[in-house]
Amino acid sequence: MSDEEDDIILSELDDDELVQQMFDDLYDGMKEEIEEAVHILLDRGWMPYDILTKALVEGMRIVGIDFRDGILFVPEVLLAANAMKGGMGILKPLLAETGAPRLGKMVIGTVKGDIHDIGKNLVSMMMEGAGFEVVDLGINNPVENYIDALEKEDADILGMSALLTTTMPYMKVVIDTLVEKGMREDYIVLVGGAPLNEEFGKAIGANAYCRDAAVAVETAKDFMARKHNQMASA
Amino acid sequence: MTDLATLMAERDWILADGATGTNLFAMGLEAGEAPELWNVDEPEKVLTLYRSAVEAGADLFLTNSFGGTSARLKLHNAQSRVRELNIAAAKLGRQVADAADHPVVVAGSMGPTGDLMEPVGTLSHADAVEIFAEQAEALMEGGVDVLWLETISAPEELAAAAEAIARTGAPWCCTMSFDTAGRTMMGVTSTAMVELVNNLPNKPLAFGANCGVGASDLLRTVQGFVDGNASLPLIAKGNAGIPKFKDGHVHYDGTPELMGDYAVLARDSGAKIVGGCCGTMPEHLRVMRDRLTTTSPGPRPPLEEITSRLGAFSSDTDGTGQALSPARRPRRRRA
Repeated sequence: MSDEEDDIILSELDDDELVQQMFDDLYDGMKEEIEEAVHILLDRGWMPYDILTKALVEGMRIVGIDFRDGILFVPEVLLAANAMKGGMGILKPLLAETGAPRLGKMVIGTVKGDIHDIGKNLVSMMMEGAGFEVVDLGINNPVENYIDALEKEDADILGMSALLTTTMPYMKVVIDTLVEKGMREDYIVLVGGAPLNEEFGKAIGANAYCRDAAVAVETAKDFMARKHNQMASA
Repeated sequence: MTDLATLMAERDWILADGATGTNLFAMGLEAGEAPELWNVDEPEKVLTLYRSAVEAGADLFLTNSFGGTSARLKLHNAQSRVRELNIAAAKLGRQVADAADHPVVVAGSMGPTGDLMEPVGTLSHADAVEIFAEQAEALMEGGVDVLWLETISAPEELAAAAEAIARTGAPWCCTMSFDTAGRTMMGVTSTAMVELVNNLPNKPLAFGANCGVGASDLLRTVQGFVDGNASLPLIAKGNAGIPKFKDGHVHYDGTPELMGDYAVLARDSGAKIVGGCCGTMPEHLRVMRDRLTTTSPGPRPPLEEITSRLGAFSSDTDGTGQALSPARRPRRRRA
């Protein structure tokens, strides 16, 4: 790494270059640089929603692809998500003021009987990194916690995590309860956890099983896009 | 007391135990309960767990203390009971090992804190060392023969635990869990672990892999240690197949026969200490013991033989031979 010739002054970059640089800075987990770049774009008159989607979310999409492909690993992704959150912190109040469409809201928690949380925390962080709002219910959640939170938060997505073979079946209890209450069609249900697989996700009636946090983000985006299309054509 | 180093010098292979959680759940542990509380509340059941492994022929078993750090026990509001619960786990182990008809090593299980370490998480190195040291000291006080760090993903956590163990001066072993396309969740490959262990100031007696995905993946990791020029004895503790959901219940699809094949393939791949992890019950251990006893060590099995006998790998490669931290573009700096 040579010092001087590589120095970049963010404010001297044009918009396209700056957005490209933000992709790099997100990839490298450079929070301060991301915050500075967000301020520059705001000063140049960018809409908060455009900064969110065209710079931050797109940059995190690239990170997500390399995580999925085994090029990046959890530590790098967490640093990237942290940088993204720095930018998001600036945009959040502005997004609300400008009435920007929201990307989606997720209620997530580890199921009853299960006290593992690292996997769930990773999904939370990456979902936030991708611009979703996340309500994290923590560990050991009975079905009422999920139902109450989904209603109270007006969520789009329910995420459930389990790391034990003994607790995985509880996901079906939650989904069955949603069906009983006539709420199942209102939510996208994503499930994950080390011992799960696609077959299990199908067997219990989830919308999808997500192998890792990157897949969870991509799957959530896909389902949200379908939901918006359905609403548009309805 | 049984000295693991001596036992390893005398024997071609050592059979370690199987699952702790799967067996305790079968005895009525409720999901969500801390298994470590049973060391005090249900000692007979913990003794039964230990005995079942020893009677199935295990030369070494792990104590019921995987979640026995304050970091994990706080989830059950039992963080003030670290010393008590770990001493109890060790004493129960001592009782079973000392009464066994063959030499048995009591290995004091230490699992991850469950917290992410700095810089990506919030747990500092200094705090992690204290957390592990508290557990390590209690396990030694309770009389374990060796400390056994397992299911680790992060290099930083391995280093912190190693430092804590060094304070006790105890012999120790460590295994990491390779569950993400051949790497640990934090991106460590088999060959990277060899290097991590080589760079520790206090070397373990043996190191290796546990849990992860299926038995096949785990053996590919063991071969990766060998290819990475591992100089210490190796440990293989794989899951009994892969969990399957059927009729509302989940069970591991690895039969005792499959785990018997796995044990032989593990030995021939270069593992000195062979055992099971999730889903491995006493009936699996019996067949593993039988197959290890009745077969002679063979040449290292090719990967095709592993997959044809144990099932497919979960990923095409094991991540070795790839750049560790790829730079998409040269990193640029600002003035």
